[in-house]
Amino acid sequence: MEFFVDENDRVDGVDKVTGKAKYFAEYQLPGLTYGVLVTSTITKGKITAIDTKAAKNAPGVLEVLSHLNKPSVAGYEQAGGSPMKIFYTDQIFFNGQPIAIVVADTFERATFAASLVKVSYEKAAFNTNFEASIKDAAVKKLQGQPPYVRGIADAYKTAEVKVEQIYTMPVETHNPMELHGIIADWQANDKVTVYAKTQGVKSTQNTIANVFKIPAENIQVNSQFVGGGFGMALRTWPLEIAAIMASKQLKKPVKLVITRDQMFTMVGNRPAAYQKIGLGATKDGKITGITHTAFGQTATYENFTEGVVNMSKFMYDSENVNTNYYVIPLDMGVPIWMRGPGEATGAFALESAIDEMAHALDMDPLDFRAKNDPEKDPAQNRPFSSKYIKEAYKLGAAKIGWNNRKNKPGSTIEGSWNIGYGVSIGVFNAGRGRASVKGILKADGTLILQSATSDIGPGTGTGMTLIASKLMNIPVEKIVFELGDSSLPPAPSQGGSATLSTVGSAVNDVCVALKATIAELAANSNMDATSNFVDVLKKNNLPIIEKTIQSSQNNPEAKNYSMYSFSIHFVQVKVHQLTGVVKVSKIVSVGDAGKIVSPKTARSQMVGGAVGGIGMALTEEAILDNRYGRYVNNNFADYHVPVNADVPDIDVIFIDKPDPIVNPMGAKGMGEIALIGFAGAVANAVFNATGKRIRSLPITPDKVLEG
Amino acid sequence: MAEIDNNQSGDTRRDFLKKTSLFTALSLTPLTVLKAADNKVDERFAELFEKIPLNLKVNNKPYTLKVEPRVTLLDLLREQLHLTGTKKGCDYGQCGACTIHIDGVRVNSCLSLAVMNEGKSITTIEGLAKGDELHPMQAAFIKHDGFQCGYCTPGQIMSAVACVREGHANSKDEIREYMSGNICRCGAYPNIVDAIQEVKEGGKAI
Repeated sequence: MEFFVDENDRVDGVDKVTGKAKYFAEYQLPGLTYGVLVTSTITKGKITAIDTKAAKNAPGVLEVLSHLNKPSVAGYEQAGGSPMKIFYTDQIFFNGQPIAIVVADTFERATFAASLVKVSYEKAAFNTNFEASIKDAAVKKLQGQPPYVRGIADAYKTAEVKVEQIYTMPVETHNPMELHGIIADWQANDKVTVYAKTQGVKSTQNTIANVFKIPAENIQVNSQFVGGGFGMALRTWPLEIAAIMASKQLKKPVKLVITRDQMFTMVGNRPAAYQKIGLGATKDGKITGITHTAFGQTATYENFTEGVVNMSKFMYDSENVNTNYYVIPLDMGVPIWMRGPGEATGAFALESAIDEMAHALDMDPLDFRAKNDPEKDPAQNRPFSSKYIKEAYKLGAAKIGWNNRKNKPGSTIEGSWNIGYGVSIGVFNAGRGRASVKGILKADGTLILQSATSDIGPGTGTGMTLIASKLMNIPVEKIVFELGDSSLPPAPSQGGSATLSTVGSAVNDVCVALKATIAELAANSNMDATSNFVDVLKKNNLPIIEKTIQSSQNNPEAKNYSMYSFSIHFVQVKVHQLTGVVKVSKIVSVGDAGKIVSPKTARSQMVGGAVGGIGMALTEEAILDNRYGRYVNNNFADYHVPVNADVPDIDVIFIDKPDPIVNPMGAKGMGEIALIGFAGAVANAVFNATGKRIRSLPITPDKVLEG
Repeated sequence: MAEIDNNQSGDTRRDFLKKTSLFTALSLTPLTVLKAADNKVDERFAELFEKIPLNLKVNNKPYTLKVEPRVTLLDLLREQLHLTGTKKGCDYGQCGACTIHIDGVRVNSCLSLAVMNEGKSITTIEGLAKGDELHPMQAAFIKHDGFQCGYCTPGQIMSAVACVREGHANSKDEIREYMSGNICRCGAYPNIVDAIQEVKEGGKAI
């Protein structure tokens, strides 16, 4: 089925719109069995007994595994390592912790049997209350990141004009549409094939190798299509190990797909945050001090930190900056990076405070930002590889109609709605790792590219195909990019907005190598140097030529530059005077991310980030009942992600100028900046609309009315 | 769960079998089932008799099946008929990933028990294209990039086709409202709206 109206269409578009695209749970294996997890109903303590008799006698049940009868797992027998060794402990670390797996011949039977497992516990006192823990926190004992000081600490306190405020946000959950899980098929001779939902097939392979102490080459990880990740599939979770254990024990393939409510507890989250920003400026609007102190959240059994305070160190020109970042251990599942990760958390606080300062100075927030825009990276004292922030301000402001904005809040009213405009910056490291790509040129005119990278949605295959198409002058429909298979040449996990930069560089390098080989063959066979590769292969009687290239990690010049992607989000909001409802009515997101390789998918990624930002700003909040340590809104009816009616048309503008340093394409990553800063823009727009400064996400109507 | 469950006694399956058999269908129930239940021989044996015959059409193909009453239409499609284009996103009717058409009406298949669909005609994403020719909505989703990861896409497209057929695609705002039962976490909504609007404005019967 070929259907290309446009070379920029997704290469896997037809598979996705016809239902042919196979996600992990959709592989049919002979003798497939179904696993269902039994989870802890207490928050902390220990398991004293598990009665599996009724479950084991239920129809179709093949096995019930728990810490009482699990098979030996070599990596878990050793001391140390991950403290959350599933089925290797009777300890309960959080509510909803997987403690047993029931395997049956059908999903329904496994689900029913799991309900028959009776667990007894010895409860212990627990703490899941983030807010209360901040107040009690003995800062010196907390982990986090080392304090950062440039110039004088807390210089804002003596500034002519100062802003000192606290910004908070709750736990958010990734909630990709595809439920997490795995199919594990343990075969003879300690070989295992898994169909996984992962952002990194090599990472999954390595984790399984380490846990089961078998050679990596014995482990085949397949993950061609992933139904969204947003960070939660950046690690192999204990539940996946449980399914592999069960398959090993039963000598049958086991499929485990967790439930939506389990998606809230056992596969990470964006941790809650409490941030204090102190900003000092001169009366004419020059920033003289930034202090950013942040508290994040981690688990008692494992540590998690992220870059919440990073942006504050270099985004604005200030002689004096100091940051502190601590994490509070709670009796909850360990967090994991969620799109934009800590930077998105930090940007909400910093960009709100910047807006507050602009207001205190009676300056336009864009002018205030422009005035404090650093020429060089003030933290590293080196130039940016490329940065077109001021141009982005102009383009975005013109598009949204920034001149309609009145600096005095509450000035624009349409009927029963107050109208406001807000802006915020997002920034994220333009990372580049090292990947290998194999390129196979065939005499039939096709090019096959292979790399063990992933596509959780951004369009990896599409981007890589476009890079190769331009370099090789081969139409996209003649190029196949294979990914999501651990047996392909290695690539890092898809995270941190680095895939296009990392894998794209290797695609570039392999194409350059293939072209050189063709040119050499052409020369040796007395053909014109510009001859078509098909003719060259035919003349040389070669059915294929192939090259595998590991890309260099970075341009040697890179160490002399700070490399970041930037975004500027402009929003218009309408705030209803009687109900306090906030509607985002216009969005213009400007991406300063170097050369845009795949315009259509890049635009979609920016659109998607803005949609995620609407959720972060207005609706998303995983609410925990601290009396029980359980989420009370662990489903899509109660945890509100944006739906279609929440989202207006979105304008995306790209600067689209190549970065000269980062990689051969000149393209910087975009996945994170699409979301980073967006919530701040909404909060700032709500202030502009109403004069009410909401410093606690999400901005729900109750806060607007109360504010 | 359709399973009759009572945690106190633990053997309600047998009670259920006995009662229903004795009071309603004694003459029709094989003696072996009653014996198995009475003697508590083995539930694995008894359960064989708990499957319900079911006839339905999926994408114009007739199926004659026997299914447990607790099997949802979604799980029947995915796990037994291997039509995995229909997705499970929540299993609670909250996300729309499992949207299919039952006799032409869009339905969350996770909220419909398979056995409720006796004699019904079901269309899934696999039944939308005509051979190699994509349905206009599928083509429009590709053109407007109405998806990223693709997981919610079959549900979005089935819902989108119904949205147009229902006459609920007369403006962008109306489309947004009537497509709000289908969550897209990648956030492709504006592109989805553009795709639907184009199909609607194309004016072809779909």
